[in-house]
Amino acid sequence: MIWLDTIVQGLLLGGLYALFAAGLSLVFGIMRLVNLAHGDLIVFAAFLILVVVDTTGLNPFVSALIAAPALFAAGWALQRFVLNRVLGQDILPHLLVTFGLSVALQNGMLEVFSADSQRLRSGALESASIDLGPVTVGIMPLLTFASAVLVIFALNRIFYATPLGRAFRATSDDPVTASLMGINPKSVFAIATGLAMVTVTIAALYLGMRSNFEPSIGPARLIYAFEAVIIGGVGSLWGTLAGGAIIGVAQTIGAQLNPEWQILAGHLAFLAVLLVRPRGLFPRAVD
Amino acid sequence: MLETRGLTASYGQFKALFGIDMTIAAGECIAIIGANGAGKTTLLRSISGVLSNSPEMILHNGVPIGALPADAILKRGIAMVPEGRKLFPSLSVEENLLIGGQVRQGDRRWNLETVYELFPILRERRLSPGTALSGGQQQMVAIGRALMSNPELLLCDEISLGLAPVVIRDIYAALPEIRKTRAAVVIVEQDIARALTVADRVYCLMEGRVTLHARAAGLERAAIHAAYFGAGE
Amino acid sequence: MTRVFSNPLRLVQMVLLALLVAGLILPAFASRSMIQDLFFILTMLTLAQLWNLIAGFGGMVSVGQQAFVGIGAYAMFAGVILLNWDPVPAILLGGIAALVLAIPMAFFAFRLQGAYFAIGTWVIAEVTRLIVAQWKTLGGGTGTSLPREATSDIIGVQMVADLFGLREAAARDVLAFWLALVLVLGTIAAIHALLRSRTGLALAAVRDNDNAAQSVGVDARAVKWAVFLTAATLTGLVGALIYLQTARISPDAAFSVTNWTAYVIFIVVIGGVGRLEGPIVGVMVFWALQTAFADYGAWYLLALGLIAIAVMLFAPRGLWGLITAKTGLVLFPVQRKLTIEGNNDG
Repeated sequence: MIWLDTIVQGLLLGGLYALFAAGLSLVFGIMRLVNLAHGDLIVFAAFLILVVVDTTGLNPFVSALIAAPALFAAGWALQRFVLNRVLGQDILPHLLVTFGLSVALQNGMLEVFSADSQRLRSGALESASIDLGPVTVGIMPLLTFASAVLVIFALNRIFYATPLGRAFRATSDDPVTASLMGINPKSVFAIATGLAMVTVTIAALYLGMRSNFEPSIGPARLIYAFEAVIIGGVGSLWGTLAGGAIIGVAQTIGAQLNPEWQILAGHLAFLAVLLVRPRGLFPRAVD
Repeated sequence: MLETRGLTASYGQFKALFGIDMTIAAGECIAIIGANGAGKTTLLRSISGVLSNSPEMILHNGVPIGALPADAILKRGIAMVPEGRKLFPSLSVEENLLIGGQVRQGDRRWNLETVYELFPILRERRLSPGTALSGGQQQMVAIGRALMSNPELLLCDEISLGLAPVVIRDIYAALPEIRKTRAAVVIVEQDIARALTVADRVYCLMEGRVTLHARAAGLERAAIHAAYFGAGE
Repeated sequence: MTRVFSNPLRLVQMVLLALLVAGLILPAFASRSMIQDLFFILTMLTLAQLWNLIAGFGGMVSVGQQAFVGIGAYAMFAGVILLNWDPVPAILLGGIAALVLAIPMAFFAFRLQGAYFAIGTWVIAEVTRLIVAQWKTLGGGTGTSLPREATSDIIGVQMVADLFGLREAAARDVLAFWLALVLVLGTIAAIHALLRSRTGLALAAVRDNDNAAQSVGVDARAVKWAVFLTAATLTGLVGALIYLQTARISPDAAFSVTNWTAYVIFIVVIGGVGRLEGPIVGVMVFWALQTAFADYGAWYLLALGLIAIAVMLFAPRGLWGLITAKTGLVLFPVQRKLTIEGNNDG
């Protein structure tokens, strides 16, 4: 029973990791670029939600709803004014700018919010659980997983069933020809980053409600997100969900064997997949 | 309607156009012919905004558009069928058409329905990925895609390239339909005979300069030969 | 581009030799704190040149070089504590350990491209850190120090102490400084020679276009592996040397992303990516900033991050790039010029 419970916990944890990864996967799918500050942006979003909670007294969910447009705008502006300037053949400038951003964000947050651990309080939800027969699961992890599924479903819908999604796919295929259609690739990229920041907000909400957070935990979130994307297969959003689940399960199994091995187990699972399936489990067609 | 004045263009150090003067009136069909490397595609890329030039080098209804980016040019009603078709592999045939009309719909005379009427085979293949079609069908999609924005001026870059003669014939059969809607059409062609059958006027380019400009009707073969290859060869 | 003299390779080697000699004499005049500062500058410069080699010249943007610093340092500690080696020769163990680690790292990381390669190297560095932190005999998660017996009797220290009339601790600093000097000059000379060689040309080709390079017969894989492994080994040596001087180690410190990757990247970016002169300029600027502002903690790091962003946006070739653009000065010529012999007509 312990193992069934462990696996279920791992799957639900995977939902959180999939939330971390969704934005990363979206942006990479459109721009072939990774924002090394992604994890720090999740932490930043969590702090912003916290600020809203503290100033308005509203619960985290509503606060996240309030924070989301601001974070969309922040992501849009970041891409439009900074990152769009370092697009090109050479990936080095983009990598270095986002790395600099990561360092700046972490330390900026450290100065403004201090290194104290924070938490988004959700009252009774935090410890509520539901009996599902052979296992008992917490409401929060269940909610997190359900949100992950919803987010990925929504992103897929946007990508494949809307004009915006058409623009995303066309720009990803061929930015020059897309511009011949009247699409401005730089605007598309800005919207994509803004959209990614909305998923980051949701990820931050659940991160903050689930456990304590403080300015320095960003890079680890980036790594989990990245591992989920690679395991799932670049270009597949549902694959990212699967990837998250695999990392989650690996971590919970590792923790069950020895609490000190939790993180390491996740990394080893990633390396194992990378070893046998370099393109991931559900890769999209060729780049 | 569209005018180029002393249009020059370079790729880095390499100068491709040396001062092209050209006019296109509303509803006209202009053919641009010339050997490979003469500058025909560069000319179209300049007009469509892919290449940036000095603003006053290209005038659209009197407005300088030379420095505008491609998306702005499309919004003004100038659409291009690019060399090599350039369909979007991630989009189906229908989505490729839809994206052509996504930003600008114009007077909506060309829409999904009427494009399918022009090229019926596309309706059958509408859900296939764009790139799964034959060359000729892809060319139809590329033309349809450009039409979806109901352009005032349609630029066609080498639409017969790589296609079998019977396919080319089918494609060119669509041109009169397109002209019925009063759009001006510029066709860049290597197939001179074909171009002359549809064009009102012809420009011939050689090494980045206009070497011939005449009405298509009654154009002498010798004149074309001289302009295309250079006199005294 | 103005060339300083007509035989650049010879000139560079002569200059480096002169610097080496100067460094040998320096302890006679310099204060202990100056020697320590120079040690910091030289070791950071070596790390920066090596990162510049793989990322700037090789196109392999790694964010995981801290793995080699850490494993090199730990291997040296293992040699001293577990095998009773003298710390100086134990430095070599650091190089070997880094080389051994580089093999699986390259194996996994090369399966990834671009930004994903970068994060992949980071993951493997993290894995290494987590595994090393399990090594109880070397202090586990909290770390350990070099035992007194080992540090009080290092080869060469007594000789240095006698030569310059210094106390044992200061003599140790001098010895470390000399080793750092040898390492940095050797590294720069080696990189310079590499870039001027056919392998260097192959590397540039691979960086610009992997497939195209392979289509003209360049063995892209071999070139990348060779450069990556070499850089890793040298980084491991530097790591071992740094922690010989510190004499105290912990996983978080030895595998620190901030100290061994963020600072290094900053140095290279500020100075100028893809040029040998870049890190030299960069490390000076970094040392000045570090000396002036390190006390400001997070504000300082925040500023570094913002400066790095600004440099990449507005001066992507770094300070040296600006200098070269203004003056045409080149200290380490590695550019190739095409000269066409023969007729003056046509």
